[in-house]
Amino acid sequence: MDAQFAQTLWITLKLAVSTTFILILIGLPFAYWLAYTKVRIKPFIEALVSMPMVLPPSVIGYYMLVIYSPRNGFGEWLGRIFDVRLAFTFEGVLIASVIFSLPFMVQPLHNGLRSLPESLREASYTLGKSKMVTFFRVLLPNIKPSIITAVALTFAHSIGEFGIVLMVGGNMPGETRVASIAIYDEVQALNFEAANRYALILFLVSLILLTTIYSVNKKYDSWEMM
Amino acid sequence: MGNDVIYIDIEKQMLTANGLMNLVVQTTISSGEMLALFGQSGAGKTTLLRILAGLVTPDKGLIKFGQSVWFDSEKRIHVPPQNRNISLMFQDYALFPNMTVEQNIQFAQPEKNNSIVNELLTLFGLSEFRKRKPNSLSGGQKQRVALARALARKPQLLLLDEPLSALDAEMRMVLQDEIARAHQLLGVTALMVSHDLNEVFRLASQVLCLENGTIVRSGKPEDVFSDNSISGKVQITGQIARIEKQDTVYIVTVISGGNQLMKVIAFENDLENLKIGDRVMVFSKAFNPIISKMR
Repeated sequence: MDAQFAQTLWITLKLAVSTTFILILIGLPFAYWLAYTKVRIKPFIEALVSMPMVLPPSVIGYYMLVIYSPRNGFGEWLGRIFDVRLAFTFEGVLIASVIFSLPFMVQPLHNGLRSLPESLREASYTLGKSKMVTFFRVLLPNIKPSIITAVALTFAHSIGEFGIVLMVGGNMPGETRVASIAIYDEVQALNFEAANRYALILFLVSLILLTTIYSVNKKYDSWEMM
Repeated sequence: MGNDVIYIDIEKQMLTANGLMNLVVQTTISSGEMLALFGQSGAGKTTLLRILAGLVTPDKGLIKFGQSVWFDSEKRIHVPPQNRNISLMFQDYALFPNMTVEQNIQFAQPEKNNSIVNELLTLFGLSEFRKRKPNSLSGGQKQRVALARALARKPQLLLLDEPLSALDAEMRMVLQDEIARAHQLLGVTALMVSHDLNEVFRLASQVLCLENGTIVRSGKPEDVFSDNSISGKVQITGQIARIEKQDTVYIVTVISGGNQLMKVIAFENDLENLKIGDRVMVFSKAFNPIISKMR
């Protein structure tokens, strides 16, 4: 029982950390592109990124399952070339989780970049610095609060993932069973004590993370004032 | 030195508060000059500056800096700001908040050279603030850091966008001198956007007056702004702050330079084309000063 408890928490943590890590790598360049692009379809792309915030997880989960299915093009191709099945695996859940948490990473970063005065970027360019140098030495250091918010929100959101994991991953102990699903499962089995342990841990972790965000942002606010 | 003449011949359609406007500029700037772009806001001064910096692309035309082409619409050449060897001093200074004063200046250097950084810090009286972040500095200090940073790049062309507009009159005077000194010291070609007549007179050797996107006058400031028919012994320029009627005459209060007040007597017919806010010249023929509207 306790081994299973630890295993479930481990999978929860592994999913949240991997999701956050992958999303930092994807989110930073994507938010940068989104903040400064002039393409006409930008509103459409912004809407697409924000879809997970308004759609029920079951909708995204359903589409993910359709894409993963070996009976469809992409799933069949994955199985044939790489011998990989994504439905009901940790990797499949991870991909779904990355897509589902995308807005929580991209939106704070995008807002942070947009709120910087345009002249900072232009000043760096006129001083002869490339876009890359400008991004890493001027833009990123000046949106630290946004980065912290994005990372913490993504992490907290991934920990609390329920619907999409259930749809795409099911409830397989040691593979796709995360804490939020375990709570549901234990309650169904009338194991209130076990459900309570999971619930308390999720509650505390999320509370601590959000408190950290708000206190860090408050600190930066008071720095700005100086 | 004739090599460094800047040739500008551009057209750009701009959207301003008063609708669409065509910025049409054709001029040359010789090297070592301090040229002022003068005109009302919305006349296209800042846009012209940003076009030279490479931050705005003209619709068509040609910009050459010496032998190198910066922009050519026919050959589809547009050299990005990074490759133009310019410095642009922004109106909001655009200091990097994450870096200290020293780091801001170092960042601008093409190659790291701490002795030049120290020289610039000393020149602008910033040595004691070197470890401070820009947000903790006063307006005048920020302006100095921005100027030091712009010079640290060793630009061939220095662009200043209303460098002193955010400062009070006293601080302006001090910094005008510093800009003039820095310009002489480095001999760099400089272009300054301004709508302050005093600034233009004190700093610029040449001035371009822009109105609604076109150059209406150009030349030396004293030629551009004064009427050649006037042979004044003393000429002071300023702005009308107040017009009061006293008995049969009017007292016109003119503010000039660092908030100097002058009261000039004028008659009704003198005032026909004068109103508060007009740029005027107060000049004296022999004894009594006479007031007249500037072109």
